[in-house]
Amino acid sequence: MKQIDAKELDFRTLNERLRQETDDIEILNCCGQRFIGAGLSDRKLLLRGTPGNALGAYLNGAEITVGGNAQDAVGDTMNAGKIIIHGDVGDAAGYAMRGGTIFVKGSAGYRAGIHMKAYQDKIPQMVIGGAAGSFLGEYQAGGVIVVLGLEEPDRRIVGNFPCTGMHGGKLFLRSRCEDVRFPEQATARPATKQDLKEIHNILLDYCAFFAYDINKILDAPFTVVTPDTANPYRRMYVEN
Amino acid sequence: MRPKEGQVRIPSGCAIAAVISRDGNRMSGEGMIHAMEPMHDRSNGLGGGFAGYGIYPEYKDFYALHLFFDSRDTRKACEAFLKTGFEICHSERIPTRKLPAITDEPIIWRYFVAPLQSVLRDLQLDEKEFVVRTVMRINTEMKGAYVFSSGKNMGTFKAVGFPEDVGVYYQLEEYAGYAWTAHGRYPTNTPGWWGGAHPFALLDYSVVHNGEISSYDANRRYIEMFGYQCTLQTDTEVITYIMDYLLRRQGLTLNEAAGVIAAPFWETIDRKTDLVDKEKHIYLRTLFPSLLITGPFSIVLGFEGGLMALNDRLKLRSMVVGEKDDRVYIASEEAAIRRIEPDVENVWSPAGGEPVVIRVKEGVQL
Repeated sequence: MKQIDAKELDFRTLNERLRQETDDIEILNCCGQRFIGAGLSDRKLLLRGTPGNALGAYLNGAEITVGGNAQDAVGDTMNAGKIIIHGDVGDAAGYAMRGGTIFVKGSAGYRAGIHMKAYQDKIPQMVIGGAAGSFLGEYQAGGVIVVLGLEEPDRRIVGNFPCTGMHGGKLFLRSRCEDVRFPEQATARPATKQDLKEIHNILLDYCAFFAYDINKILDAPFTVVTPDTANPYRRMYVEN
Repeated sequence: MRPKEGQVRIPSGCAIAAVISRDGNRMSGEGMIHAMEPMHDRSNGLGGGFAGYGIYPEYKDFYALHLFFDSRDTRKACEAFLKTGFEICHSERIPTRKLPAITDEPIIWRYFVAPLQSVLRDLQLDEKEFVVRTVMRINTEMKGAYVFSSGKNMGTFKAVGFPEDVGVYYQLEEYAGYAWTAHGRYPTNTPGWWGGAHPFALLDYSVVHNGEISSYDANRRYIEMFGYQCTLQTDTEVITYIMDYLLRRQGLTLNEAAGVIAAPFWETIDRKTDLVDKEKHIYLRTLFPSLLITGPFSIVLGFEGGLMALNDRLKLRSMVVGEKDDRVYIASEEAAIRRIEPDVENVWSPAGGEPVVIRVKEGVQL
């Protein structure tokens, strides 16, 4: 794999270098450069260090792997491809994502999956291995978000106000969620075997990337949340 | 042709960073300059600044006043005014380094002062209140003079420019402090000028802020009732005065003050199972409704012996905390911490409205 040392490169220079390359690339010493891999449609990137915000924004088919943590807005508006994070992600991961898959081994900050959407065969998916912060799936309009709660078993699987403004898509939480309060406009129920079949393939991928046993992951209750079509959001910005 | 506003994407939003040694070990200000480098694009060159704590041990019993003057005459007039209420133990021009990146410099001086006991007795004021009133008086009444730092054994250094340049300009490598905060500014609603750069400081409190306060005017009107004057044309200033009011004048703890400015939603309070905590939050929200700060913010408050990091309750801005040995780091981006401490441990993001208070261990001489 060809290498680029990002140590002395600002985000513009680094991204210009990336666009000139056609091979798979390992980027060393990332430290806050934004938009890495933005809009890339093929090849693989392997990132060392801490990439900056909006990693893989508008990603269009490329595969990005990060050895450690990523910052805010991972996969902002991504269209296709994969982003695999071996650490945690900051806020707003998968922001307005419309296709492709994000795998996070660790936890996600606030607003993961905000404004995710789907159209025909474009169904974005995000798997968070640890816990998720507040406002998970805020204004979710489509796609699938899975939170596994595998790290820190004592921590509640999601923060406050999950699914606020949700009007499409599905959310899977590997928990009974007895201590989680969902808005009235969303329906939370125990996931059936049929439900879990929908996420079986991405869970297999997750296990392959991060060396987990799928049987152990599945050996726990899941809750599935969908918008309540009989009770949709109205008047969200008043009577508050 | 130079692209106009709206034709070019400016990927900005202020940047903050901070570090503290829990053992009270003093660090040069250079680290904070480097921490700001990976966040360069969060600022636009219209403001940068730093606060250092423990930097004036030789004058630690004196208030260190840092002032901007527009002319020599203003300085002379201001000095004459200061002498009516203070003993000036030492005064000097703050050393700076000429840099092409820093222009339109005001005259920048510092004064190590002690309020005259006879004046305090006459006015029946305690020392700190007298210093605050003096700062307010200079900033509102003395045209061309601004006090931008007024604490003991601490100081802020700020300018129009990128923070990396501002740090070099003020020769921060020459100072050693047990805690530092840093800010890179991208002004959105108000002018970028020297007085408007962060940190905003009053006594030993200093605030660096990334965000935009929607409640600014409500907060300002309330705090002005208690003698604070907002003169620096930017929203962050009011946070500093609110913290001084809540901590010094009302005697709240840091956690209580955080509960006022980043109060949980009533719904969240209703669901609290810890009844003492619930009662406390109801009390604070009821007593200080006008000091709730809404809109996005992440701030670091510096004070004597510690730092407090706090996000707005919705957490509309990013903030990361990490540790290494005796040091705790706070920054808008993890990359900033990694730049100066690649092996930082326990990296985490505090929840919205969850204050993170780090103090130098008890018993350490600062």
